[in-house]
Formats: sequence, C-alpha cells, structure tokens
Amino acid sequence: MSGDVIDRLAGIAPGTALDAVRRQRTEAREQAQASFDALFAPLDVAAMAVAERAAVALFVARLHGDGPAEALYGGMLDAALRDAVMAEAGGAAAEGPYGHYPAGPLSAEDRAGPEWRAGPELGARLAAALTHAHMLVFHPRDAAPRHMQALVDAGWAADGIVTLSQLVAFLTFQIRVAVGLRAMIASA
Amino acid sequence: MTDTVHTPEGHDIPAVFTRAMLDWLPWLAPLAEDALTPRHMAGLVDASRARSAYFRLLARDPEVLGARTRTDKDIFYNTKAGLPRAERELAATATSRLNGCIYCASVHARHATTYSRRGEDVQRLLDEGVAADLGERWNAIVAAAVALTEMPMTFGPAHVARLRATGMDDLSIADAIQAAAFFNWANRLMLSLGEPMPQG
Repeated sequence: MSGDVIDRLAGIAPGTALDAVRRQRTEAREQAQASFDALFAPLDVAAMAVAERAAVALFVARLHGDGPAEALYGGMLDAALRDAVMAEAGGAAAEGPYGHYPAGPLSAEDRAGPEWRAGPELGARLAAALTHAHMLVFHPRDAAPRHMQALVDAGWAADGIVTLSQLVAFLTFQIRVAVGLRAMIASA
Repeated sequence: MTDTVHTPEGHDIPAVFTRAMLDWLPWLAPLAEDALTPRHMAGLVDASRARSAYFRLLARDPEVLGARTRTDKDIFYNTKAGLPRAERELAATATSRLNGCIYCASVHARHATTYSRRGEDVQRLLDEGVAADLGERWNAIVAAAVALTEMPMTFGPAHVARLRATGMDDLSIADAIQAAAFFNWANRLMLSLGEPMPQG
C-alpha cells in the first residue's frame, strides 16, 4: 500500500488498474494528499489544535459509518478522547441531506431532520465544533450566521472557523472518493 | 479579540435554482486585499482570485486553500481523456442541487450548459431536481452523484455498472466520482460561510 491516504482508505495497491487510473489525474491525487497534510500536519496550529482536528475527523468519519476512515482518524487520538468522540457520535447519525430553503417555491422540498447538539463532556469549544460538523455533514443548507455565532461564542476565531469548515468539508470529499473507488474495485 | 459575524441585510434572497449570475456575501471577514502576503497569494493560486471575498476568506488557511484549489482544477479542467467536461459539470450541478447550494448550482449549471449545449436539460435538473429524466447517460451520472451525496451513502457496484453500460471507461467513472465528491466539499463551504444574492 502506498503512502497516499485515499489509496489506503480505498484499498488501492500500487500497480493495480485503479492505481493507474488515479495516476492519470496526478495533480488531483497529489493535491488531495496535500489537503490532508495541510489539515492534519499543519504549518501553524494556532487556529486549531491537531487533537481537535483528529477528534472532529473521527466524528465525521463515524457519521459516515466509514470503518477505514474511523480507524485512520481514531488512530490519531489518545484512547480517552477517541472513546469520548465515539460516544458522542453514537446517537448522532441521521439521513440526509435535509434542511430548509429560503421561503418560496423550494419550500415544498424542505425536509425536516434533527438539530443535533453535542453534550458538554468534551468542553465548550470541541462540543461547538462537533455540533457544527453535524450540521455541515447532514443539513448544510440550514447554515446561517447563527451557526458562525455559536462557534464564536464557544471561543472560535475566524481563522479557526475556516480551518474547521475546510476540515469537515474535505472529509466529506475524501470519504466519498474512497467509497466510489471501493465500488469500482468491487465491480471490476 | 472576538471576531464579528456579519448578517447581510437589505438584499433579495435567491429562492429558486437558477443559471443567472449570483454574488456571494461572507458571514466572516475576508482578509483585506492589501493585507495579503506571499503566503496568502500562494494559497489563492491565481492572483485574480484576490478580488473574490470567498477566496480571501478561505485564504485564512492558505495551505488548505491552495491544495483545495489545485484539486478542483485537476478534477474539472484536466480534460485529457476521461469524462467530458460537460458531464463533470453535470455531476457538480446534480450534487449542488441535492445538497441545496443555489450559488454552486448556478455556476456549474452555466458551465454544464456551455460545454454540453443542452441548456434545456440542465434547466430541467434545476427546476425538477435530481429525479428529472435527462436521458440514460445523464440519468446514470446524476444517480451516481445522488448515491454518493446522500447520507447514508448508497453508491455501489450497481452504479459503476450503470455508468459503464453508458460507454464510460474506468477513468471516466473515476472522474464522475471525483466531480460529485468534490462538490460535497465545495457546497459545504459555500453554504456555511456566507450567502448568495442576485447580481446587479
């Protein structure tokens, strides 16, 4: 297995047909890896600690029910935080995407779903991050300035909110690429 | 210092999916154009993106922005073999339609229209949603994007087989997967860091 994280998550071995396919999009392959590196081995951790990044990533992986991603991100955490994040994620799964549209013709497509909130056990800052991550994963069209305000109120600065948003959004990409490539392997 | 959240007021809220040009207003302060350092400019990749509030907000994490932008460009602009650009844009539009990103859908519906010359079909995807009947090849691409976007995800070998049956090779199928997956990333940033408004 290569050092490429999507290859690891998808189970792509060097020299296979799908490895060759990925290497025809060399820049996408390398820059997806660079995105992962920039998020989990950042030059600057002032905006968001690495343990916070791994905790949010494990939570997002768990919401997707993706075993390989859970193993990857859980492996970055100490056992106590890993167990606490998994416990939070336990009751958080939902069916999406749901949420509301601006009032008008699309209101007929509004779809109700939970407004999940993390408990206080992980501290206000990480709890706010997990609450935000749940919204982004399952009902991003509900996003509103009040969601930014909730993060600010929990101690997040704008730089950290951008990094947190990128991290969750990137994970929704990375996991989907891995799921798609696994289906290609299974259908070969 | 506590950062301030901006709530834009006094503008119309786009309430339908459209191919019209929209603007986008951030909820957090973007970096000021005259405060951008070489590190920020490297993250923006194209100097012209310094004019965009969206990219100057994302430039608060320049390394992630730079890698995100280069990933985006290869998935959509590298048309050496694989899926035609029009159908990558179709996957982006379908993903944006399902997630509910009116801004993203407007941009990529325009691109899908330009590259496919099938504006009426693109408009039906916007008007009717991801169940619109667009012919088997486009239906297969939209269905793949939907199965990758829904939670829980349902994408599996049957979706791959349906894409292959429309004449796609493995690179084209991987392109469709990456285009839909990438818009799960893009939609969440666009939807959650600001809001669209009509242009002009």
